[in-house]
Amino acid sequence: MITSEQKKDLFALWKKNLVSFWGIYSQNKMGLIGLVILIIFTLMALFGPLLVEITTMAVDDVTQVLHPPTGNFWLGTDDLGKDIFAGVIIGSRVSLLVGVAATAISMIIGTVIGIVSGFYGKTIDALLMRITDVFLVIPWLPLMLVMAALLGPSLANIIFVIGITSWAGTARIIRSQTLSIKERPYVERARAIGSGDTHIMFYHILPNVFPLIFANTVLVAAIAILSETTLSFLGMGDPTRVTWGMMLHFAFSMGAVSFGAWWWLLPPGICVVLVVLSFTFIGYALDEVLNPKLRRRD
Amino acid sequence: MSNRDQVISKNELLRVEGLEVHFAARTGFLAALLSREKALVRAVDGVDFSLGKGEILCLAGESGSGKTTTGKAVLRLIEPTGGKIWFKGEDLLSLTRQKLRLFRQDAQIIFQDPYESLNPRQTVFATVAEPLEVNRICNSNAEKEERVIEALCDAGLNNPRELFLRYPHELSGGQRQRLAIAGALVLKPDFIMADEPVSMLDLSIRAGILKLMVDLRDLKGISYLFITHDLSLAWLVSDRIAVMYLGKIVELGSADAVIRQPLHPYTRALVSVIPVPKSISRRDKKLLKGETPDPVNIPVGCRFHPRCPQVKPRCREEEPCFREILPGHFGACHYL
Amino acid sequence: MLLEVENMTTYYKLKDGFVRACENISLSLKQGEALGLVGESASGKTTAALSLIKLLPENAKVMSGKISIAGRDISQAMEAELRRIRWKEIAIIFQGAMNALNPVRRVGDQIVEVLRIHEKMTDKAALLRTIDLFEQVEIDPSRVRDYPHEFSGGMRQRVMIAMAIACNPKVVIGDEPTTALDVMVQAQVLQLLEKLRSKRRMGMILITHDLSVVGETCDRVAVMYAGQIIESGPTERVFENPAHPYTRALIAAFPNIEGERYLAQSIPGNPPNLLNPPSGCRFHERCSESMKLCSCQEPLPVKLDSGHFASCHLLGRRVLS
Repeated sequence: MITSEQKKDLFALWKKNLVSFWGIYSQNKMGLIGLVILIIFTLMALFGPLLVEITTMAVDDVTQVLHPPTGNFWLGTDDLGKDIFAGVIIGSRVSLLVGVAATAISMIIGTVIGIVSGFYGKTIDALLMRITDVFLVIPWLPLMLVMAALLGPSLANIIFVIGITSWAGTARIIRSQTLSIKERPYVERARAIGSGDTHIMFYHILPNVFPLIFANTVLVAAIAILSETTLSFLGMGDPTRVTWGMMLHFAFSMGAVSFGAWWWLLPPGICVVLVVLSFTFIGYALDEVLNPKLRRRD
Repeated sequence: MSNRDQVISKNELLRVEGLEVHFAARTGFLAALLSREKALVRAVDGVDFSLGKGEILCLAGESGSGKTTTGKAVLRLIEPTGGKIWFKGEDLLSLTRQKLRLFRQDAQIIFQDPYESLNPRQTVFATVAEPLEVNRICNSNAEKEERVIEALCDAGLNNPRELFLRYPHELSGGQRQRLAIAGALVLKPDFIMADEPVSMLDLSIRAGILKLMVDLRDLKGISYLFITHDLSLAWLVSDRIAVMYLGKIVELGSADAVIRQPLHPYTRALVSVIPVPKSISRRDKKLLKGETPDPVNIPVGCRFHPRCPQVKPRCREEEPCFREILPGHFGACHYL
Repeated sequence: MLLEVENMTTYYKLKDGFVRACENISLSLKQGEALGLVGESASGKTTAALSLIKLLPENAKVMSGKISIAGRDISQAMEAELRRIRWKEIAIIFQGAMNALNPVRRVGDQIVEVLRIHEKMTDKAALLRTIDLFEQVEIDPSRVRDYPHEFSGGMRQRVMIAMAIACNPKVVIGDEPTTALDVMVQAQVLQLLEKLRSKRRMGMILITHDLSVVGETCDRVAVMYAGQIIESGPTERVFENPAHPYTRALIAAFPNIEGERYLAQSIPGNPPNLLNPPSGCRFHERCSESMKLCSCQEPLPVKLDSGHFASCHLLGRRVLS
């Protein structure tokens, strides 16, 4: 076990790392904006639905169908008299959840394949890369639609589908970074002290690929959320769940456009755009933090 | 092995015979299609030497001489394609995986670049503790900590606890190299292969690291295979020097003998260009023409003949054999 | 006097303050003379060289000092005049220059380009001059049409030397011109530089961390530490009677194969951080002979004998043999 003094030292070290990270990150305006937006939406996703239940925000009024924004209904109502503001808040939870879960699946598959492929090279690399190429080349939207159609419109399936179709790019990036790290003297040293392959991949390659993974994850998350929105919008989503994509789907299919119900169309759309933007901004900022050469000099 | 060999091998740690490391060369696409023969890079092409216990042997040479490849082949970081290696009497090339692991604990390496040979994300403690963890050596954390402190102190880093949680980029070049040495020492090896350990350090720091290495030999009996392109460093630090050219040893002898009385024309040329501080009056330098050829195109006959100032017809056809010229002083040249 | 630098100071501006890379550098170079500028990493030697032709990054500024070439003061020169001076009067061979060749263009073309831009020659004349330059740096002229990857490291360095002397500059600055080359190639390149220097009567400043290079090729040497020149003088004298403790330590660390085998002591500690250099003498924290005065007051150059100067408080007290 680590002694309590070592625990204190480790904690101090962790704090020091975090402080220096924040020092650089906070210099980047885009990163700060992205972070703020993401925090707002995360809070919305975590606490929003509770608030909606507690307050009487979501009292549906069937008599107030397709009503523009008023005092009672801040963003108006949809064709069933449901409060759109409440819908946006509740939808944030599922949209973000799908985004995060699908990203997790995608990153795990992509990282493992990337590292294994880059590390072993030769036949394993060739085999894995051909599989990756297949997934890279197949157009993701038709693939997603086909899989969603085959598997059925449940939330779990959507997460699965998005995860499966987005790991290929990550795998390629991680593989090329692995190829470069594999040649560094410290990896040779690890071999010289008797390390096995798994140890080297886990303790030497993974931590040094991590910054890349981190920055890439953020961007994949943006794509995942966008993908979920797309799938739901096209009708492949889970109709029992409220997500921004589903709201857009119903809005379009129920004729909100011809009705001129902008309060139904715009809010979910803007939310998606904002979240995707926030991830992208954070991605840029992370790139600058993790790659010192990109930082602007005074 | 014969009786005579067994007598010699009592004090012998490492013996290398006919070591070869050949790589397939990368040729262009068309060349690969059209030609049948694969071009071969004969990086190490028949090397014989032995290393005694507590001895410092230097492999000296320019780039393309094969010295680094030889060193790594001896550690089996690069697999030899021919020849034999014995370490502590055991055939190194036919070890089981278990035994190979044990060998690695006995034979460690120090790299040239103190910036790239340490994982930037590992703390000082983690770097030195890793060999212990990978080989499952310590039974308790306290024991591990003790061995790490011992290794850091042996490497001359005198406030080990303060350094535990530092990262390599927070240390200076000299400190990093000492950290690398500590990482090698923690396994208590009998043999260290040092690949140009000071060439990337500032001049004012080099002496300290070299002195550390020699002190460790004196105190702990560690043998070194010291690889360098700098003959004057080789002379300062080693007991014996082996001069390599294009994959073979051309001269081997005690440091004083090789530097003060070089036999082979290549060695003589190299020694003549070593700068000497006091005699600024220019010494007679034997500058060679041209540069070391590519190991893909090793000249026929004596591989040094295109550049040799004393080349004779025999040199162009027959490769000289490596033989003892004076007691303990070997050379490979027809005219010694 | 071909090149004269008086009290040049160059600072880099960073977020946390100023890095005092060069402080009061003074040197002089006669025609046909070779000056060695010796120092370890971060001693400021490259900055000093780049400051002469103002090829510094954006955040660097030459704060003060007078630079004159062939009697002309160029310290206040504007960009237009500097562009004329660079390459035609002062040429520089950068560190790692052998990797600075464009890999997708033929080597001869790259030199022709330099000639066309700076000397406004026609293609034909430039090609002829390039062939002549190749002969001067001892490369087979037929290789003018080869690509950089077909040359070895040593050959590429010769190409860079050819490029540097292409416009017949008065002064050539070589920044670590032989680092990363094999010993024999190093000797060849140094011999070439020597030949060119004496034939063309060029002034040469050789920047290096390797004392041995200086000992063999330079008439005079200036030793830099932490941004200042702490000793300078004729090479032979500095080597035989180094006055400054740092110089003495460097020379002691120089292996002498004609003498005894011994490993000199390392200088303890590390070169100082130039954002916040030590008070007084910048070397005092690592000096084995430092006195109280050394930490308060910066030593001024003391004249030891003709042309040999050193900045150390101990010099007033020691009798030199």
